Amino acid sequence: MTAATTTPPAPSVVTRRRAPVHWSRVGLHVFLAAMAVLWLLPLLWAIFIALRPISDTTQRGYVSLPNSLTLGNFFDAWTQGDLLRNYVQTLSIVIPGVIITLLVASMIAFAVTKFSWRFNLGILMLFVAGNLLPQQVIIVPLYRLYLWLPIPAPLSDNDVLYNQTVGILLIHIVFQTGFCVFVLSNYMKTLSKELTEAGLVDGASVFRIWWSIILPLCRPALAALATLEFTFIYNDFFWALILISSGSRRPITSALNNLQGQFFTNYNLLAACAVLVAVPTIIVYIVLQKQFIRGLTLGSTKG
Amino acid sequence: MTQAREDTAPDRAGLTAGSSGAVASRRRRRYSVLTSRDKLILALMVGIPLIFDLIFIWGPTIASVVLSFTQWNGVHPLDGSQWVGLGNYEKLWSSYAPFWEGVKHNVLWFLVLMLIATPLGMFFAILLDREMRGTRIYQTIFYMPVVLSLAVVGLIWEFQYSQDNGLIDSVFRSLHIGNVDWLGDPNVNLWATLVAASWRHVGYIMVLYLAGLKSVDPSLREAAAIDGASGTQTYLHVVFWVMMPINIVIAVVTTIESLRAFDIAYIINHGKNGLELLSTLITNNSISEANFIGFGSAIAVVLLVVSLVPIVTFLTRMMREEKQ
Amino acid sequence: MDDQEKRAGLLSGGQVTRRDVLKAGVIGAAGLTVLPTILAACGGSSATAAPAPITLGSNYSDPVPKKAMADMAAAFTAKTGTPVTINTVDHGTFQDTITNYLGGKPEDVFTWFSGFRMRFFAAQGFAVPIDDVWSTLTSNFSDAFKVGSTGNDGHQYFVPIYNYPWAVFYRKSLFADKSYTIPVTLDDFKALCTKMTADGLIPIAFGDKDGWEAMGTFDIINLRMNGYQFHVDLMAGKQKWTDPKVLAVFNAWKDLMPFHQTGAAGRIWQDAATALVQKKAGMYLLGMFVSQQFKAVDDATLADLDFFPFPNFGTAFDAEKALDAPIDGFMLAAKSAGGAAGAEQTSAKAFVGFLGTGAAQDIYVKADPSNVAAAKDANTSNYNALQQKAVQLISSAQKITQFMDRDTNPGFAGPNGMQNFILQFIGNPSQDLSALLTQIQAFWDGLPA
Repeated sequence: MTAATTTPPAPSVVTRRRAPVHWSRVGLHVFLAAMAVLWLLPLLWAIFIALRPISDTTQRGYVSLPNSLTLGNFFDAWTQGDLLRNYVQTLSIVIPGVIITLLVASMIAFAVTKFSWRFNLGILMLFVAGNLLPQQVIIVPLYRLYLWLPIPAPLSDNDVLYNQTVGILLIHIVFQTGFCVFVLSNYMKTLSKELTEAGLVDGASVFRIWWSIILPLCRPALAALATLEFTFIYNDFFWALILISSGSRRPITSALNNLQGQFFTNYNLLAACAVLVAVPTIIVYIVLQKQFIRGLTLGSTKG
Repeated sequence: MTQAREDTAPDRAGLTAGSSGAVASRRRRRYSVLTSRDKLILALMVGIPLIFDLIFIWGPTIASVVLSFTQWNGVHPLDGSQWVGLGNYEKLWSSYAPFWEGVKHNVLWFLVLMLIATPLGMFFAILLDREMRGTRIYQTIFYMPVVLSLAVVGLIWEFQYSQDNGLIDSVFRSLHIGNVDWLGDPNVNLWATLVAASWRHVGYIMVLYLAGLKSVDPSLREAAAIDGASGTQTYLHVVFWVMMPINIVIAVVTTIESLRAFDIAYIINHGKNGLELLSTLITNNSISEANFIGFGSAIAVVLLVVSLVPIVTFLTRMMREEKQ
Repeated sequence: MDDQEKRAGLLSGGQVTRRDVLKAGVIGAAGLTVLPTILAACGGSSATAAPAPITLGSNYSDPVPKKAMADMAAAFTAKTGTPVTINTVDHGTFQDTITNYLGGKPEDVFTWFSGFRMRFFAAQGFAVPIDDVWSTLTSNFSDAFKVGSTGNDGHQYFVPIYNYPWAVFYRKSLFADKSYTIPVTLDDFKALCTKMTADGLIPIAFGDKDGWEAMGTFDIINLRMNGYQFHVDLMAGKQKWTDPKVLAVFNAWKDLMPFHQTGAAGRIWQDAATALVQKKAGMYLLGMFVSQQFKAVDDATLADLDFFPFPNFGTAFDAEKALDAPIDGFMLAAKSAGGAAGAEQTSAKAFVGFLGTGAAQDIYVKADPSNVAAAKDANTSNYNALQQKAVQLISSAQKITQFMDRDTNPGFAGPNGMQNFILQFIGNPSQDLSALLTQIQAFWDGLPA
């Protein structure tokens, strides 16, 4: 089947192969389509609930044909969940987080792959291992550290890192750098060393080389990582849960919690809020999908 | 596999971050074009993130280990009076039933991911690694759950699993099968949670594996095809072995995901009554009203030690790759 | 939120200087010891300056309680000119991270509960004693409330705002339709349940997914069978869970389990309450907050809601008329940014003093009628029928408890402790209960000091 796309010789072999292949191809599509429906079902069901008015579902139950559909839940979720402020708050963490993480990781990957020095590999391993630890292993001392480390005024309004946007930003950057360093260093290894050396010979500083030569060449990998990192940081649940105490500073994944509250649960409203919370990551993924796949393939091992 | 590094020998004698001496003696070698300013910049490029890494990740890791030998409750200043040596570990081993429940559940989580979810993801990748219509759409659909926040995933599956309002039990009732308490019955809820977790995990593995498949040299497949191998045979005898490094990455990722399992179980019921996991036990002990920080740190150390197995495997492979 | 604070600080003269001093002093533990002297020196001058703005940490995260809290704070600001900034945190998360919160950077005043939980944190030094505030409040609260606000050292740390009873709720129209009578004894109760089953209803709605709901059932059965003192001692660890008296409680509960809604481990109380609203269930043992589900439908449905006290078990302890009536209220945080003393604390004390008056509590209870105000001078004339009955029930009770997870060590009552053990019981009431109780006692014994 794969040979059909590449071989010019023996076309007769290929054509003869096509006939018996046909049924299994239909079977393949049927199977994949069925799995796709199964995969989408939970999400579609949630959207369906979000579109139904609460009065309808209270009366007739959730598994029923709708009397009417409404966008009202989305509007209510927007206001009651204070979603605009939540989005802004979240994006003020995610966007700088992604950008800084990628810049820092590319610097480290650059230094580690283009130059060799004694602890090169050790440092690379240290960064990568740091990203693989479960968050719960470090959370208690980290929390204490956040309460103690003195931070000057413009960055913190209570003199420490706790409950500060910059605190959450910091832990995301530190935690995600390892993974990005790994991917970027794999990718940079495929870039010719001559590039760096030529730049050095020309008298450019290493900073210039990194910024003007290496970074642009890494665009596919950076695009892929940007998508992944956007997802990771946006969807984070744990760091914000522990390291932020103000309800108004928690990122959007906590907006769902706020809506759930202790004393009343409106599933339709919750579903609408969940859909709205999910929208940015879905958009980012769909828009950057091509770069995402391409970026992941490049820089991986060659046969 | 990686770019051959014929210039490793002189490199080793080359740049060391921050070292000032011996530059003059290497003036004849290639890297002497690096000015001391360059070296400083490189040192900063690596050094500053390194310091942050040590302070915010490795420092707390070591602190967790130290705390595990105490009975600190976070209130009184930490001093020698709270030292209990291996006391927390003894208690964990012999008299804390939730711990063994957590271990059991983490193991089950690992087995389900490794034996069902990951192979399924790989299978999807293999199926989609061909020229055909709709492959992009299928990829998008299968990967979609990965893009969602786990809080959203938890809610989506709550709509499926709820006894009174959920889809599954409503269908069961109409088929006269009767209710199943998916999230409350301790014999069932771990499996229900694993379905939700796998829903995400399959897409993640699929994308990783697909990336790996696309990088396999097509000439290998052609050679196998010319030799008369079918698609399955090509995969089993050629592609799978060629992709061994990716396979290892996938195995490591699966293991780490199973150790990191936390969010969904915590959202459903805070990790109790059948959903105990090491991560939720740590959280419930150290970051709760109870504040048994020392005891929670002991569980954290157990999780750390177990996590080191896949981490070290991964790093060793990375090291071996570097040395080639 | 923080800009507001800063603006308020800038407007009130002396505070800018104090903040600068604070910033300089706070870095390093040594600085903190210097603070009180400086603040004391400033104390005299700030008496004439505008009142210091204060902050309130609140876990009233639901729309209705949140608004009610904001209304109360606004009333205080209108009365005294003190700006109050409210930081609302999700209800459950606030409790989970309370030790971190109190030991970290808490607000000046925070919402909390009476009971062991209150005394626990007061004993750790996280709360400021407010005996001076209570000197004006004592006349406004019954003894039961004052006892509930007193720490282990005899000082007051807590100002109650409201409480609510746990009772058996039912719909009047349903009982009228089916000609049910209110049961008084346990036998009556069981007979009623049997009748309800025959009529195709679920006798007792039940939901315990969050783990705490079912504690109310244990509490009330233990109070009826073994009395208030035994229950309190058991919560404090002075009695053992392996005591045959406790086994008797579980056996009595086991007898009632067939009448409870199945699948409780996976059901939140809101959904169980929905069964009551929809007349699929006949009764529900829960706190008065269940009325919120009824109010959300419409006022007519709320008016149809009624309750009766849990039936008598025929023991001597029936006379105590004991029940769970948890008290919610406020405390002052010792480690708040305002420091251990000073103008902010004066404002904070004035705030909680205000919250202990009927004027403030009226505002809250009006917006959230699933509670009854604690203060004596609260205006009860606007209470709905349910609230009036609740007032009667609570005042006629000789003994009041706070509910298991407020009366005992939080580590014991937590997700992997009693919450889990009770869920195990509910999942299989016919199991070997002695073995379960041995586990519970072992868990208690194994708790870190």
